[in-house]
Amino acid sequence: MSSDAGFGEPSDGEHVSAGDGKFGRYGGQYVPEALMPAIEELTDAYERYVLNNEDGFMDEFRRRIREFGGRPTPLQRADRLSERYDTEVYLKREDLLHGGAHKLNNALGQVLLAKYMGKERIIAETGAGQHGTATAMAAAHLDMPCEVYMGERDINRQRPNVFRMKINGSEVTPVTTGRGTLKEAISETMRDWATNVEDTHYVIGSVVGPHPFPRMVRDFQSLISEEAREQVIDRTGGLPDSVVACAGGGSNTMGTFHNFVGDEAVDLLAVEAGGSSLGVDAEEGVAPNSASLSTGSEGVLHGARTKLLQDGDGQIVESHSVSSGLDYAGVGPELAHLVDEGRVSPVNVDDDAALEGFHRLSQEEGIIPALETAHAFGYLHEHHDELGDVTVINVSGRGDKDLDTAIEETTKRDIPNAPDMSMFEGGLR
Amino acid sequence: MSDDGASDRVAAAFADGPAFVPYLAVGDPDYESSLAYVEALAEGGADVIELGLPFSEPIAEGPTIQNAVVRALESGMTPTRFFEFVEEVDVDVPLVCMTYYNLIYQYGDEQGPRPFVEKAASVGVAGFVVPDLPAEEAGPLREACDEFGLHLISIVAPTTDEDRLERLVEVSSGYLYVQARLGVTGASSSVSDRTGESLARLSDVDLPKAVGFGISSGEQAATIVEAGADGIIVGSALVDIVAEGHERGEPTEETAARLETKARELKRGALDGYGRRTPTPEGTSD
Repeated sequence: MSSDAGFGEPSDGEHVSAGDGKFGRYGGQYVPEALMPAIEELTDAYERYVLNNEDGFMDEFRRRIREFGGRPTPLQRADRLSERYDTEVYLKREDLLHGGAHKLNNALGQVLLAKYMGKERIIAETGAGQHGTATAMAAAHLDMPCEVYMGERDINRQRPNVFRMKINGSEVTPVTTGRGTLKEAISETMRDWATNVEDTHYVIGSVVGPHPFPRMVRDFQSLISEEAREQVIDRTGGLPDSVVACAGGGSNTMGTFHNFVGDEAVDLLAVEAGGSSLGVDAEEGVAPNSASLSTGSEGVLHGARTKLLQDGDGQIVESHSVSSGLDYAGVGPELAHLVDEGRVSPVNVDDDAALEGFHRLSQEEGIIPALETAHAFGYLHEHHDELGDVTVINVSGRGDKDLDTAIEETTKRDIPNAPDMSMFEGGLR
Repeated sequence: MSDDGASDRVAAAFADGPAFVPYLAVGDPDYESSLAYVEALAEGGADVIELGLPFSEPIAEGPTIQNAVVRALESGMTPTRFFEFVEEVDVDVPLVCMTYYNLIYQYGDEQGPRPFVEKAASVGVAGFVVPDLPAEEAGPLREACDEFGLHLISIVAPTTDEDRLERLVEVSSGYLYVQARLGVTGASSSVSDRTGESLARLSDVDLPKAVGFGISSGEQAATIVEAGADGIIVGSALVDIVAEGHERGEPTEETAARLETKARELKRGALDGYGRRTPTPEGTSD
């Protein structure tokens, strides 16, 4: 893909269409009628600016994500992990992107698109706070007012990110409905959008929601695999045997996989949060995990038909994960489709394995990963002998935001490779 | 269920004068009280009643109805209980089921809306309002509704343009739910100026237009009907009464009586508004 083109397939200058937003049986546009005109307007803008580089949108996006965001991010060989697992492990360092996570790729793209569309206000939902933080940074960078909805429980789990958003000038509005996590924050942001749709753009944070969001967010995130594919070929002379990424809603997953989907010899592994156990407790309306690809069933949530954690009636159940960024009952429709097609393998590791992965990467590579990212390293540890000779793992974000949670969760469990936790008695402050 | 098809019963509700269409979430705060409340609305002059089947993610609802949904789910409301409710409730007006698509999609042994619609038809439901189902995705539900003789009532938003309106009318029957203002459901002290504008745009559509979102008093009902609405839809203002009764620990019959009084006020307002219309050369503005 040349750097002055849109994200459409190479087309010799032919117009690229945004399509209908269906991925096999998944996707679609299940939203209130009041939002449909805005979604049509967005689809049109996505097609013109993002897919066909109208008015040089993509040139400006690529320039800004380079200068403001710090792309390209490096592909780094993990020396000690490679030695430990006797396989070549390469880390795609999205944690080095400005803001400390892959989220800026999408946030900057969408806020810039909102500007091209003449919108005057940005809203976003956030779970771990990474997307909210990225959106707040992009909004400040592009001079747009921004309001971020965040579940009350997540606000308590992710204080540092709340402060960062506020320092960037965004409003952070707590969502108190339900269990106060990402699912409720998305619902509340959709309500704001339905009220203020005429001048407001909703920067959705993952490859979920109604068309064109799943495809558009994937496109912005596909910078990850656009670079990683080139970098790994450069370093090793060929394609990797496997590509591993954690999966919640699926934006880093799709971004990391997208340019490898056509390379059939490359195994694509989406690591979900197994939480404390798999399955759904319909009686209690909870799933002690966020493994919608591994255990979910087809349904309609937040604008798309996809795989969901739900009870037999279709009520959405509360998910759980030690990492709030993975704590969501749904998943992107394209990922659900790629799983059905057998192209992507859904796997999962539990909270304990993720915490082990967190400590291992911190100790052995000097990289403190986000707890979301740590799931991918939990999987690497358990299944390294199935991954072939060369593995690319996306380090989707850094773990500074998670230190409180990581210490708390490690202290109450028996994590074999954890440092002596007594030094943290009394917390971080 | 009367012998008339669903289509006739809904048409009849709008046939002479403005229709009063109240909404309550079924099971709020419990099954038995809900029966009394819905019957009180019928007693108070309801012409059609929208019964909310609670869904865990009600993205189109404001805080009032969100809380009602939480209370209803906590009281154990499910699609199966909902259908029992429709069979048991003793009212003589058409009942419309308002819910989100996932519950319709999941019901029964086969995927898709057909089993839900079949069951709804068998217990006497007259139609559906599905806030998260735009015309683009309505095909399968429309088909099932046609098969079992039920209505699919579409919501028309202030942002709906001519092209969308055309698509929307194509999949709609029964009546149009005209959203008076942008945003989510909720009572409001002033009625949007955009209502008249919206109704004017719909004047060529051959379906009754019922206006909802924000109506909470008889006077507002009058204003809306005077502006040309064929009916008024009131939800949050009634749910507020249920919530208040629940919080106070009020006996069910007292809350029911207050609902009936409010229903009468709204119905009277609608009739007053109808009387205030300037007669057109054809006699009425219908």
